[in-house]
Amino acid sequence: MREKILINARIIDPSQKLDCIGGLVIDANGKIKAIGKNIDNKIASKNAEIIDIKKNILIPGIVDMKTFVGEPGYEYKENFRTLSQAALAGGVTSVVSMPNTKPVIDNVSMVDFIMRRGRDKAKINIYPCAALTKNIDGSSMTEFGLLSSRGIIGFTDVIRTVQNTSIMARVMNYASDMGVLIMQHVQDYELSKDGLVNEGEISTRLGLSGIPTIAEKIIIERDLSLLEEYPCRYHINQISSMKSLEVIKKNKLNGKKFTVGVSINNLSLNENDIGDFKTFLKLSPPLRSEKDRVALINGIKDDLIDVIVSDHKPEDEESKRLPFSQAATGAIGVETLLPLALELYHNESLKLSKIIQSLTINPSKILNIKKGSLKKGFDADICIFDLNKPWVIKSDELKSKSKNTAIESRKLQGKVLMTFLNGELVFNQQ
Amino acid sequence: MAVIKKTKAIKNYPKHLLGIQNLSFSEAKEILKQAKEYIKLNRSNSKKLDTLRGKTQINLFFEPSTRTQSSFDLAGKRLGADVMTMNIINSALKKGETLIDTAMTLNAMHPDIIVIRHQDSGAPNLLSQKVNCSVINAGDGRREHPTQALLDALTIIDRKGKIEGLKIAICGDILHSRVARSNIYLMNMLGAEVNVIAPKTLMPKSIEKLGVKSYTNMKKGLDSCDIVMMLRLQNERMQGSFLPSKREYYEYFGLTPEKLKFAKKNALVMHPGPMNRGVEIDTKLADNINVSLVREQVELGVAIRMACLKIYCKK
Repeated sequence: MREKILINARIIDPSQKLDCIGGLVIDANGKIKAIGKNIDNKIASKNAEIIDIKKNILIPGIVDMKTFVGEPGYEYKENFRTLSQAALAGGVTSVVSMPNTKPVIDNVSMVDFIMRRGRDKAKINIYPCAALTKNIDGSSMTEFGLLSSRGIIGFTDVIRTVQNTSIMARVMNYASDMGVLIMQHVQDYELSKDGLVNEGEISTRLGLSGIPTIAEKIIIERDLSLLEEYPCRYHINQISSMKSLEVIKKNKLNGKKFTVGVSINNLSLNENDIGDFKTFLKLSPPLRSEKDRVALINGIKDDLIDVIVSDHKPEDEESKRLPFSQAATGAIGVETLLPLALELYHNESLKLSKIIQSLTINPSKILNIKKGSLKKGFDADICIFDLNKPWVIKSDELKSKSKNTAIESRKLQGKVLMTFLNGELVFNQQ
Repeated sequence: MAVIKKTKAIKNYPKHLLGIQNLSFSEAKEILKQAKEYIKLNRSNSKKLDTLRGKTQINLFFEPSTRTQSSFDLAGKRLGADVMTMNIINSALKKGETLIDTAMTLNAMHPDIIVIRHQDSGAPNLLSQKVNCSVINAGDGRREHPTQALLDALTIIDRKGKIEGLKIAICGDILHSRVARSNIYLMNMLGAEVNVIAPKTLMPKSIEKLGVKSYTNMKKGLDSCDIVMMLRLQNERMQGSFLPSKREYYEYFGLTPEKLKFAKKNALVMHPGPMNRGVEIDTKLADNINVSLVREQVELGVAIRMACLKIYCKK
């Protein structure tokens, strides 16, 4: 591979507190060789390929901590190839894949399968998660040690929560010794039984059972109490409400170590968007009130929330064209994660560096991987985007195999132009 | 162009009757006005009209129902429509057919109107997006039951002459009741003041935002009310601890002649049926024709459904 020099870019890399016009050199092995203000075409060696970024923004490739691939068992919804295309078109170069496949990824042979498929078919970095409990039924823990040694990055039951407190205690106790990452979906089943949308005026008007915010809060409180006894690497996948943030704030102030994620959907939409039973907006955790949405944005500002995820969940039309209570939950989002997050910059909710931080270096730190940064020696995973380019989301034009976007026809500002993976240009808008 | 479209929209009725929430004041008034004319007809010797001759009406019932189904059945027949009733509680859906597929199948038979009852809130809305004919909601989940609210309104008007300015109490399992929701919207729209009374566990969240006052006490909630609407208490509510027992519910929320005294002197009692005597309503009270409007509700139900079928049936 020829050496590449990207010049005339606005580089934003929160991992080294960098925001400047400058350039970046990618060496022949696809690693970052140099970065900074002083890099321009003058320093290029004869052989080097020079790419003018034209003052667009250059950031580390995005790390998405929650995506559903579909392999094995749901290949008709998404596969490694289509997920890669969608991710790269959105500037996402690394994803954490969820284990709620068919069969569930809860044993070593399944991990081997997924690693092989990922290696052969994916064009992005895949970091697979395994189930926290066998068959995601919340009753017995998986082989944390063996699975980790095969390359599992973390353990989660995805959209299910371990309800039994004593099992959760043992899981955390065992994990604390193993040093593995626990990623919890936080919802109490009994309190949210039959629940479909946020409990409140909308659930009352639509006649749908509600999911109260207390169902989320009570599990967070339980787990954080357990964390005091069993300090392990604990991450809350997604929170959705203001009440949960209050608990998180209290615990973080007390010095407890844990991390928190939020879905871009919960930052950009609220329960009113469900309108006349739009099943594409049936999500877990559910969309909540506008007050909750604003609180979550402030949670990012105040460093109470560490990462923004796409919660990419492809569903075919048949699973969505049903009465609301029967329809599948989830929406695709990996391709629109950055553009939708940029909306929060354009409407002055968040600073650009904060958004990028929660999409790059923060998830990398939680996962303990050498990604999400443009420091010298790192893999040259890079996303380049036009901050201001206006466009309209059309589900047909999205690259994901399933078209269940929650933001159809939304007018966005900001689009990915180029994506580099290990120094190679793997997506080019032109 | 836009102007032409607008005038068109005002003249024409919306295609479907999915809920009171989507209904305008003038539309509701028109339904009530036309229904009034059918009351006389239904009491006469010759009940049959040919208003809907040649039209096909399909009653699509995914949930068991006696009175609503027979009421729609009769209403269609009296207007001269060809009525077909399908109970899909244990046929097609059990075989794995989705609501949309069922809808498409029926749509291919060119019905002019589909009356649907479904256990899932929003199912009629979904159906209405997929068929060419009109859709009337005959009750969906816990969301809406518009014709029930309209027949209740007609019954009240028949007895009290008007709804505007009345005070109406709706009492019972508000949380699970589509009848309560539709009545809240309609009675509010027609100018009544609405109180809802229920134990805390059966009161939906943020119900006040629908424009009602909520009470957990019959004495306070019934104070100076003209109409008391009782709701059916489903037996399954005892499971899952919504309530401790029927006995305790009757003690605090069952309508007895004594509790009725909290309301206005000439207050009337309504119930959408079927009644649980001795659970939500005292049996003698239910049968007292001077106070209870239950039979009249059923009677006027046919008139309301005739009016709805006539207005919404595909032109």
